[in-house]
Amino acid sequence: MSNPENLKYTKEHEWVLIEGDVATIGITAYAAEKLGDVVFVDLPKAGTATTYMKICGEIESTKSVGELYAPLDGEVVESNPVVVSAPETVNADPFGAGWLIKVRFTNLPELLTAAEYNVLTGEA
Amino acid sequence: MPQTPLHAEHARLGASFTDFGGWDMPVRYTSDLAEHQAVRESAGLFDISHMAEIFVRGASSSAFLDYALVGQASAIRDGKAKYSMIVDLDGNIIDDLIVYRLAHDSFLIIANAGNRSAVVKALNERVTSFDSSEVVDRSDEFALLAIQGPKATAILQTLTDSDLSELPYYSIGKGKVSGVESYLCRTGYTGEDGFEVLFRAESAVEVFNALINAGATACGLASRDTLRLEAGMPLYGHELDLETNPFEANLGRAVKLDRENDFVGKAALKVIAEKPVTKILVGLVGEGKRAARADYPIYASSEATDSIGKITSGALSPTLGYPVAMAYVSPEHSALGSLVSVDIRGTRLEMKVVKLPFYKRAS
Repeated sequence: MSNPENLKYTKEHEWVLIEGDVATIGITAYAAEKLGDVVFVDLPKAGTATTYMKICGEIESTKSVGELYAPLDGEVVESNPVVVSAPETVNADPFGAGWLIKVRFTNLPELLTAAEYNVLTGEA
Repeated sequence: MPQTPLHAEHARLGASFTDFGGWDMPVRYTSDLAEHQAVRESAGLFDISHMAEIFVRGASSSAFLDYALVGQASAIRDGKAKYSMIVDLDGNIIDDLIVYRLAHDSFLIIANAGNRSAVVKALNERVTSFDSSEVVDRSDEFALLAIQGPKATAILQTLTDSDLSELPYYSIGKGKVSGVESYLCRTGYTGEDGFEVLFRAESAVEVFNALINAGATACGLASRDTLRLEAGMPLYGHELDLETNPFEANLGRAVKLDRENDFVGKAALKVIAEKPVTKILVGLVGEGKRAARADYPIYASSEATDSIGKITSGALSPTLGYPVAMAYVSPEHSALGSLVSVDIRGTRLEMKVVKLPFYKRAS
């Protein structure tokens, strides 16, 4: 699956959609495929503070545990109840219905473009 | 890294690969949960050509294997198989293996890929006092496929003239599969009925695709691991290693101490069998969805800080829907129903000691 042009990325394989001062965050298709079938997602509750590149959640597959790194400083405004009750959504639609959290950010760090992320995952 | 003769087929089917026992092996094709389910409900096909095939033959071969292994090979009837182990002088496990008796003076041993050289070396050292026996490692000549699941036998039957109903569990026969001369072994590592089919490596692609076309689902090692875990089967490097003896691993039934002949490790195992063990393998189950994974420490209670054991394998069971694990714990915490506390990356999960296996197929 190609990485959408309108998103930003981290080297920890998160994608970030910026809309005003709120960022929607998920893991990339590349990360979801590397993990295998996601069976459990542990996400921070609304109100939790996030710090750039600090772990704020976990995504577990049958075989391994993936960590969710906060791509920016801010506060969680919403976590996705769909992926908690149906973790397989992360594999089925990583860039869409499988989003993980929304964060109201205080500053915007430099994130990777789709082209830069493609290089990182060898898809360029 | 070595590859099986099916590596290109796996890649063509979209597999992801992983290093297993030093081999580049398919970990999954599409979904490890779907592959797991295919084996539980229908039939899955695993390429296990990385495993070692060691042939032992000669007039003294049964006497030799009686000396080399913990089980009694001479008691296996022609065409039957037995789970066994090879241990060192201290009684610690070099590998677990399946011994098939092909004929009165001919045996096939299937060993783990990662232990191939250790097993071959130990057998060669032990065979020296048995003039008329020889050990031949033919692993590179063969492909090995496991077809497992409730529909496995019916699917395999469509490709062979051999009557598979004449081969009960833990037996071996010869037959043609899709025209290819094969050994048909009714054994497996999934907790389901099925066969392991051994044949010349040159025919690997042909037989693999014939089984896929007949209805088996290609399955990777991720599903193989969750299947064997649910079935309570040990994996070398996790439940078994050179610091573990068969009694600790609850495999004392495979050790035949009450026989006349000597075998390597017998003296040590006799002493071990009389003493209480210091660790014992147990099954653990928990609630919720968080899995206790290999190497996570175990405590007597949620407050306790002195570890009483560690997890050897664990997953959220795909069939059962709750976390299951195998673990070594100190014996005073091993009684069925005992509650222990596992540290899952900083959070404690209460787990209960239960009887293995976690999953048993309806017979």
